[in-house]
Amino acid sequence: MRSTDLGFRVGIGVFAAALLLIVAGIGLTLANDSSLSLQRFGLDFWRTSNWDPVAGEFGALPFIWGTLYSSLLALLIATPVALGIAVFISELCPQMLRAPLIFLTELLAAIPSIVYGLWGIFVLVPAVRAAEAALPDAVRSLPFFSGPPFGVGMLAAALILAVMVVPFTSAVAREVLKTVPMTQREAAYALGATRFEAIRAAMFYARTGIIGAMMLGFGRALGETMAVTMVIGNNPQVSLSLFAPQYTMAAVIANEFTEAANALYLSALIEIGLVLFVITLLVNVLSRGLIWSMARQMPSRAVA
Amino acid sequence: MNAMGTPSARKILSAIFVGACGLSVVLALVPLAFILFFVVSQGIRSLNLDFFLHNPKPVGEVGGGMANAIVGTLMLTGIAAALAIPVGILSGVYLSEYRGSRFASLVRFAADTLNGVPSIVVGVFAYGVIVLPLGHFSTLAGGFALGIMMIPIIARTTEELLLLVPHALREGALALGATRARAVFTVIIPAALPGIITGVVLALARIAGETAPLLFTSFNNAFFSTSLMQPISSITVQVFTYAISPYEDWHRQAWAGALVLVSIVLICSMAARIAAARVSRARVGVR
Repeated sequence: MRSTDLGFRVGIGVFAAALLLIVAGIGLTLANDSSLSLQRFGLDFWRTSNWDPVAGEFGALPFIWGTLYSSLLALLIATPVALGIAVFISELCPQMLRAPLIFLTELLAAIPSIVYGLWGIFVLVPAVRAAEAALPDAVRSLPFFSGPPFGVGMLAAALILAVMVVPFTSAVAREVLKTVPMTQREAAYALGATRFEAIRAAMFYARTGIIGAMMLGFGRALGETMAVTMVIGNNPQVSLSLFAPQYTMAAVIANEFTEAANALYLSALIEIGLVLFVITLLVNVLSRGLIWSMARQMPSRAVA
Repeated sequence: MNAMGTPSARKILSAIFVGACGLSVVLALVPLAFILFFVVSQGIRSLNLDFFLHNPKPVGEVGGGMANAIVGTLMLTGIAAALAIPVGILSGVYLSEYRGSRFASLVRFAADTLNGVPSIVVGVFAYGVIVLPLGHFSTLAGGFALGIMMIPIIARTTEELLLLVPHALREGALALGATRARAVFTVIIPAALPGIITGVVLALARIAGETAPLLFTSFNNAFFSTSLMQPISSITVQVFTYAISPYEDWHRQAWAGALVLVSIVLICSMAARIAAARVSRARVGVR
């Protein structure tokens, strides 16, 4: 290697190293700035659900519950739709429609979260409230639908999250389906399979990557902030009810960070950020791992 | 094969499946149509020249606009671009030039990880490294947070586009005795430049719509400011403030702000799509 080439490599390597530094820096900064709360509360922080900053009580269980519950619901709603779109675009639709449909689904991902939130407050929440109020009493007595119909609450949050997550999951699922060799489908058709059976075979072949796509969507939902903050009702409670106003980790940081009047309060919020960072990191690493391992199996298109 | 039932049942199941896939496309496009319809119809009614030329009026007074927030968003994205374009493009060059190396896979992994970090967490990070040491909210902190979010997007886009540049170009440059640096900067990057610019524009559009990382970095400012060291208003934070307020006139302005944000995204995505189509057509022509 020529010395100028080595200099070039080191020179741009410094910029590449910045990416590693940033990721490490986020973890270290958050851990350092939340040390007060980490030391004071320990694991109890995540086991108790009394959030009363004025009295100095910080229990973050409702936030982690709200984040996981809303993201899980969004995953349940979004996955079938996202997979349907991926299959439709990559397997079924005429060539002519493909590019416009991809553009439109990408647009869904490009709309800012704050616009989703604004639409959520003024259009979705009133619609959800009307739908909730219209449910028959027999259904309302179930734990999933208990409580008064506010409109704002878990259901509205899960719905808006689902819409926001669909384009991510479907884009990755589409890429994954592309890596399935054509021979897989041809073999299925040659055996007399119907369209559904051939596609099912392709999806089974791509199952690792499809699970990865679902998890990537889940990771997106976990960290989504503005739209959820604006429709979930911001009430820290652990409830199964879809009608109940609840709270998420991202939302409590967004709402209370500038109001945190003392060091302990601020450090508690930063600890919530730290745990959100760690959770999304794990989910992302796992999903990327799945998608990569799927791409590596493929003989034809090694680069995914 | 025995569990599949009679052929007709299988065909019906297949038709139902195809129908369900088509339906899911409709299910996703309905919210998109709804959102665009409301943003455009509500926004158009509220958007006027005042919106672009005036600062917000105090509570209770009708009228005013978001001039300060528009300038704020421009400054914030400008700072983000100044930070993220060099770092992003150069690390993208590293990823594509030395793609086999272990360090490159580590950096690629970090880029994908950073891409998945929630924006609110990036905001907390920027608070920790800039707002706390400085002791106050500032444009700089907000721009820094947005820049951090932009770096991995640009790095990965640059990498992908550089990999598309034909090998013959690189070999030609190296055969003529160019150093690697020279080959990269005078041959390879220029060949991929239109695509890279498209990627940067798309990243800018995405960053301009971010709210969460700004809430406690650049904060908000009711007055016109261009100072790097003072809090500054932005369209997104202003829309958030207005949206959760109880005032009718503020809701009106929130919709107008949303229309501006959506227009930025729409124009950038369409321009990028047209540019991408043109580039790929040109490339086919070369071959």
